[in-house]
Amino acid sequence: MSAVLEAHGLGKRYGRRWALRDCTIDIPEGHVAGLVGPNGAGKTTLLKLATGLLEPTTGGIDVLGGRPAAGPAQLARVGFVAQDTPVYAALTVAEHLRLGARLNPGWDAALARDRIAALGLDPGQRAGRLSGGQRAQLALTLGLAKRPDLLILDEPVASLDPLARREFLQGLMEATAEHRLSVVLSSHLVSDLERTCDYLIVLVESRVQVIGRTEELLAGHHRLTGPRHDPAAPLLDGQVVSARHTERQSTFVVHGDLPGLGPAWTASPLGLEDLVLAYMDHSRLEAQR
Amino acid sequence: MIWLTWRQFRGAAVMTATLLVLLAAVLLTTGSRLANDYATGIASCTRGEECVGFYDRFFGEYELPFLASTLVVLILPALVGLFWGAPLITRELEAGTHLLVWNQSITRTRWLAIKLGFTGLVATAAAGVSGLAVTWWSGPLDQSAPEGFALMDPLVFGARGIAPLGYAAFAFALGVTVGMLVRRTLPAMALTLALFAAVQVAVPLLVRPHLLPPVTASFEIGKGNVDGLSMSRDGVFSVILTSAIPGHTGSWVLSSALVDSSGRTVAPAGEHAPIPVSTTSGPCALSGAGPQGGEACMVEINRLGYRQRATYQPLERFWPLQWIETGIYALLTLALTWLSFWWIRRRPS
Repeated sequence: MSAVLEAHGLGKRYGRRWALRDCTIDIPEGHVAGLVGPNGAGKTTLLKLATGLLEPTTGGIDVLGGRPAAGPAQLARVGFVAQDTPVYAALTVAEHLRLGARLNPGWDAALARDRIAALGLDPGQRAGRLSGGQRAQLALTLGLAKRPDLLILDEPVASLDPLARREFLQGLMEATAEHRLSVVLSSHLVSDLERTCDYLIVLVESRVQVIGRTEELLAGHHRLTGPRHDPAAPLLDGQVVSARHTERQSTFVVHGDLPGLGPAWTASPLGLEDLVLAYMDHSRLEAQR
Repeated sequence: MIWLTWRQFRGAAVMTATLLVLLAAVLLTTGSRLANDYATGIASCTRGEECVGFYDRFFGEYELPFLASTLVVLILPALVGLFWGAPLITRELEAGTHLLVWNQSITRTRWLAIKLGFTGLVATAAAGVSGLAVTWWSGPLDQSAPEGFALMDPLVFGARGIAPLGYAAFAFALGVTVGMLVRRTLPAMALTLALFAAVQVAVPLLVRPHLLPPVTASFEIGKGNVDGLSMSRDGVFSVILTSAIPGHTGSWVLSSALVDSSGRTVAPAGEHAPIPVSTTSGPCALSGAGPQGGEACMVEINRLGYRQRATYQPLERFWPLQWIETGIYALLTLALTWLSFWWIRRRPS
């Protein structure tokens, strides 16, 4: 299995501020990978580096084995739906499809037409007069009908209402299954990714906190609750992701095998949201140190 | 990509084309009558003075359309830079659509090349066509134009021949490049206008006079270059020169001054140049003033060694200067284009 996205020591600096630092990731083919993190964590920067819209300051990134945006062939293999799903306000829906057909040799006209029809979009409608959800769907249609091997989406549902959000993600899932394409999708809301992603990257404060298959990550992390134990070491050394303490109780999120701690401790599985929150906490603790 | 460029540009293009066709129609219908009037007028005047009178009457009749058409050609390149050049890229950056189009299967370089090439060619062609049409139309007027409106005068020169072509290409490339660096449409438009205006003022003042080494020559004092002879209350006689030079009608005079027999400048044109000559007796005596006396007085001034010394670009250099100046603007355009390609490769998104 080859990698759709492979980065080594990737970093991007704007002036004196690092938007992304020392990022080493390897996303294998055939996944819907969720890139999650708070606003300003560097998600957009990473995705723009992957599409060649930005040049890295340090390190390197390969997408589908090639340098991002290196030429028409590489561009044809990667689809990108940018944040806020920009479209040409003055052009109609049909003209957007024509644009796609003219600029992409691998354009799938039938796919585009069928999708627009299934969505109930009027081809004669100007894109500027579409609702946010419709605009996002149009942008997704352009990305899909190009028939890329990898589709990258930057916060595609951030500005959509819950219904449009669900419809968009559902459409994305169907297309992914049908055309067997890999997807990298960013969001600052875990709930968006919970149902769609089988691979997860948590990015906080411009650094990758954790990366892996969702199910493996969930199986490899536990919540431990027991008598107050602050600090955690030496009881739990080197595997604490986050710790919370009340007067009598401590709650830890730990990764790796569960240590035998005795009957005072109970272990419970974690949800995806808890896992991500634990890593955000973790990053804050690291920063305080 | 050409389709997309055309689709985005067609509104502005159709509007401009309509206006240009309108302008061309007006010029065509009035142009033949203008040429006719001129031909009959020239044929009916025999003596030089009569012809000067005809020139004045003829030019006066058409002065308003002459100025208006000249102004249109002068302004057109600025409009091209402002409304076509500056928004070309900034509009995409502001709407975020560059992220959409840069992720189709076409490189940014190619995208820019087609956008720049197509729109730029249309812009240059529009300015070129209107420039040449106005040049043709005002041909007879340029023959009869008084000082200040002649073909070689800075403002008229810039609205004739092929120079508007160079200005439009430069203004367009300037607008695009400024837009890329500023990234906002309105500030980019304002900056483009300011820069273009500065260049358009600087070139006639500082560059054009030296494109070819100007001619410096001395001329005898006569009716063709004297504005007036006068005497002050305390009896000092003086000559006031014009900046016209005899025998070289239509030249662009860069400097004109009265010099004495040793070559020393007495006073520049337009100012009183005192000459030590008797005003009580001889040809320049006050009693002898009048047309007859004036001529005798000028002969006397010439005899004393006074001459007009002028530095000028003769009318015959109109086309060489046009080509050189257009070439310079073409080079500037190329440099700006290179800069915009550099930008799109190095500083994207």
